[in-house]
Amino acid sequence: MPFREGPLGDLKVPLTWTAAVALIVAAVIAVAFLLADRRETLQEQAYGVTRQTVDVVAKPVSGAIAAPGRWTGLGLDFVRSYFFTASENRRLKSELAEMRQWRDRALDLQDQNERFKSLLGLRTDPPIPMASARVVADSRGPFANTRLADAGSERGIEVGNPVLNERGLVGRVVGVSRGASRVLLLTDIASRTPVMIDRTNARAILTGDGGPNPKLEYLRGVDPIQQGDRVVTSGDGGVVPRGLPVGAAVKGLDGRWRVVLFADQSSIDYIRILLFKDFAQLADEKQLEAKTLPPVTTEDPQTSILSAPTPPAPKPAATTTPPSAATATPPAGAQPKPATPKPAAPKPAQPKPATAATPVPTGSPR
Amino acid sequence: MSMSGGRALNPARWLGVPMLLCIFATMLFAAPIRIWGLQLPEPVFAMVPAFAWAMIRPSILAPFALLILGLFLDIFWGGPTGLWGLSLLVAYAMVLILRNAMTGQSRPMMWAWFAGVTAVAMIAGFLFTMLDSLAMPSLLAVFWQFLVTALLFPFAHRLVDRFEDADVRFR
Repeated sequence: MPFREGPLGDLKVPLTWTAAVALIVAAVIAVAFLLADRRETLQEQAYGVTRQTVDVVAKPVSGAIAAPGRWTGLGLDFVRSYFFTASENRRLKSELAEMRQWRDRALDLQDQNERFKSLLGLRTDPPIPMASARVVADSRGPFANTRLADAGSERGIEVGNPVLNERGLVGRVVGVSRGASRVLLLTDIASRTPVMIDRTNARAILTGDGGPNPKLEYLRGVDPIQQGDRVVTSGDGGVVPRGLPVGAAVKGLDGRWRVVLFADQSSIDYIRILLFKDFAQLADEKQLEAKTLPPVTTEDPQTSILSAPTPPAPKPAATTTPPSAATATPPAGAQPKPATPKPAAPKPAQPKPATAATPVPTGSPR
Repeated sequence: MSMSGGRALNPARWLGVPMLLCIFATMLFAAPIRIWGLQLPEPVFAMVPAFAWAMIRPSILAPFALLILGLFLDIFWGGPTGLWGLSLLVAYAMVLILRNAMTGQSRPMMWAWFAGVTAVAMIAGFLFTMLDSLAMPSLLAVFWQFLVTALLFPFAHRLVDRFEDADVRFR
């Protein structure tokens, strides 16, 4: 039976009031969504199933919408290259002549670098694998700066992976689904990236604010930065590898140091996602949580360090006397013992666990 | 007089179709295209129905349609969930309250009202973002988005004109 023909059919409720109630209910739902949102944590769990589903659906649709624009750009590039081939050829020749000098210099430095590394026995970082992807959607508003890329979990991409284009760092992956991944740009208000000034090694945090030039916050050191200084990732915290190019420092109109991003100087439709895992992810947490420490099997530190002759008959009181300042200072808890091995000699009364955990100390006081 | 003039307005026509058009326009302007080094602007197309729906008539469904539209914007743009839903509802509520003052005004005056309502929505978004992210968004970026959104008034005017007198109960 239709509602209008029932006993409540004559009930007249002013539409304005019901509309107001509906508005309030909708607003309460929106507030609940906003309070429950954990986007700023940038954790994998915060990127829910709804967002993943929308990304999966939006990828082909946005890809189809963006395709005509991409084809038009390719066509214009073709026409431009046809008409400007001669001037481009001249420019490329001069650039090649300059680059040849840089190539020789780079090869020289590489050779020198390899020799230094072998001399010092340095362990360098392993090469990081990467996945290329195409951007199909790009949001540029003041409250969200993200991109949707057409490669996802099937390519090994994970939340936290850094993203670059051919010029520099773009951002990092905050959400992954099958066939699509969401990239949080450096300019997003939730983005925080540890960086350093290449010239001075001064550390800072690159903080997005929705504008094109993110801010440099917590800049440390005396006179740490100048106009035009190159800014690279510091690798602190293990989120991104060290040394990725980010941009150039500029003084903003508000008097704060900002960064002109290198990534903005090139096209935005292709990106490279570094399949980089930070050190915290690589470490086996279960092993780190081991309760028992491994046994000390090193040589007796007293015999190796305190090689000077010791009194022939140590008294029990000697174990409690502090070592002389003139001699090499043993670590705390390690008391001087006779140099000759004596099974019956009294051991230090209470060896501290810290001594066992620390490496073999050197003779020089620190 | 035709019979259709006396019927109630079909929600699919005045709510559903504009909503779908907004979603399509939002996706269209999210295309990663650069023209002479400049990216496309990013207007908030959902401001058009937020303004027009409240002007056309009070409705129970319209706030929920706006909420869905706002949630889509948040998820598609990758912003905090609920941010645009709440901001659009603030704008909608403002128009609903001031509806009697706005009705019958000239086109330039209505444009000014639309810009004012858009400014309120942007300020609401600014404040909600500050509360959510504990950081201040760039005022310049907010202003640019406000400017390109305020230019959408002709679409809102068209929507209001199309459906203002469509429901005889609200003439």
